[in-house]
Amino acid sequence: MTTLTPFFRRHVGYFVFAVVIMSIPAYLGDIYYLSVLAFMGTRFMMALGLSMLLGQAGQISLGQAAFVGIGAYGGAILTTRLGFNPWLAMALAAIVAAIIAGLVGMPTLRLKGHYLAMGTLGINEIIYILLVQLKGLTNGTDGITGIPSLSIGGLDLGGPKAYHLVVWGVALLMLRFALNLSRSRIGRSLRALHKSEPAAQSLGMNTSARKVQVFMLAAVFASIAGSFDAYYVNYVSPESYTITFSVIVVTGVIIGGLGTIWGALWGTVAIVVLPEILKRVNEDVTNLVFGVLLILIMIFWQGRSVSLWQRIRGRGGVRGDSGPPSREIEE
Amino acid sequence: MTFDQFLQYIFSGITSGSIYALTALGFTLIFNATQVINFSQGQLVMLGGMVAVGFHEFGLPLWACFLASIVVVVLLSAGLERSAIRPLLNKGVMAQVIATVGASFVFETGAMMIWGRDALTLPAFSGEDPISLGKATVVPQTLWVVGLTALIVIALQLFYRKTLFGKAVRACSVNPMAARLQGISYRRVVLFSFAMSGAISAAAGVMITPISFMSYSSGALLGLKGFAAATLGGLGSPVGAVAGGFALGIMEALGVGLVSAGYKDAIAFVILLLVLFVRPAGLLGAKVVSRQ
Repeated sequence: MTTLTPFFRRHVGYFVFAVVIMSIPAYLGDIYYLSVLAFMGTRFMMALGLSMLLGQAGQISLGQAAFVGIGAYGGAILTTRLGFNPWLAMALAAIVAAIIAGLVGMPTLRLKGHYLAMGTLGINEIIYILLVQLKGLTNGTDGITGIPSLSIGGLDLGGPKAYHLVVWGVALLMLRFALNLSRSRIGRSLRALHKSEPAAQSLGMNTSARKVQVFMLAAVFASIAGSFDAYYVNYVSPESYTITFSVIVVTGVIIGGLGTIWGALWGTVAIVVLPEILKRVNEDVTNLVFGVLLILIMIFWQGRSVSLWQRIRGRGGVRGDSGPPSREIEE
Repeated sequence: MTFDQFLQYIFSGITSGSIYALTALGFTLIFNATQVINFSQGQLVMLGGMVAVGFHEFGLPLWACFLASIVVVVLLSAGLERSAIRPLLNKGVMAQVIATVGASFVFETGAMMIWGRDALTLPAFSGEDPISLGKATVVPQTLWVVGLTALIVIALQLFYRKTLFGKAVRACSVNPMAARLQGISYRRVVLFSFAMSGAISAAAGVMITPISFMSYSSGALLGLKGFAAATLGGLGSPVGAVAGGFALGIMEALGVGLVSAGYKDAIAFVILLLVLFVRPAGLLGAKVVSRQ
């Protein structure tokens, strides 16, 4: 136990968060709130992947919804048409997403930031068109119904409480992975290439390969999140995977703050909760608010490690200064 | 495909190609002045069409709607420059991409709240009676689109080559610092480039609305295709933008004839990705795309 104490102390923010989020079903039974939390879990996975790409490596993807769509449709098609186990289908879809990300990333990541942004927008549009047009495979705009829920060895995980534990369990694993990665040699190399690519190259780093790797990782996270969503609502249709959704995921990462992995969490809370609140006033206004927020955050952006929240509290850039979560801020 | 069908596809390709060419020009003007890619360019085209429809509902004659729409979009584009671009000129590519993406959300959602979700249209500028050219037929609007596009492109060339201010703008795109040392106001050039880009986009939007309708969500696709056209021709080259626009329009139309109409919109992006993969400087591009 004594040897473990420093370990727990170092990761206290993570463990507190894990305990809080995993115990929610014990005292919250409301289906509406549980479903909001379930979607928050998968949005968090998407934001985590993008946070590594955008926040750590400084490369922007405006096409994460395409990879979410690959995960969702991969899961849907493999389980309903071919009778695959949902977990196996999820893994295969993630592999497909990684391969497509690699193929798109290799040409575009060599170029300036604009091109990756446009290239990913293009991929998002192509995937969307394929989802609508490949009617034999995807059922077109009608979508695919009857997708099975998750289960483990006959244990049904489709109920809101069981699903919450599964989806947040996986999200926690991903968060741990992202935190460890960002603290590792790889994480440092990503931030190095963000700061100055020529400098990173001169130190012997293959920056192109590194960028493609993290882009593929973000695609895998997005794909897994998409599969979870498909198994939760048992239905997929193409209009969920438009560029608009991609931009909303980007908005989440930006709101949360670019330099921190934990920022993905606060950003996810914002993009899930804000629409639920604005819906009561006027549903249409949500994206307008997101757009204005994106512009404002960029204008007042001081440096990539400063989150909006820290700036509001006037603690810009100071590390280890704002409670447990920011102990994890990586710089 | 018979020769007559081929001709028909070419005509429709030239029509949409004109719009892509103007959108690509819009990207180019802003890129040359600021090195910024405006991700809300397509939304400016969309707003051009929607604002004209809005004025037409008030009963204004078409030519007045056309001009009014240009004025409104110029103001919006200049407003975008003043509010979101000027503070970000030195903040790097990512901030600019994200801010203009934010602007595209604002324009799109704003249009949806004002004009609703339905696709709207304008009457054609001079009637709907088709004109036959050989065995192919074209609607008069096609001639308007192609003619006005040619006029705009020529006028722009004259402006940038012959007038003092036009030369100042070109000087800034070559070397902003040296231009400033010559007493050229870089800020004015940037503001002007956004205004001009807005005007061209609005004109494109008004002209295409009678042919292919316009809705709040049309902008994203138009912007992507305009960017694909600009990349195809070589980003930064106005001649390349126009050539890329027409090339893309014709390839797309032939793709519809040879493959299927359903995949029409995917063609532009396949071309975009191929160009980025094989020849990132574009087919006519003089500028080498810098690799960070």
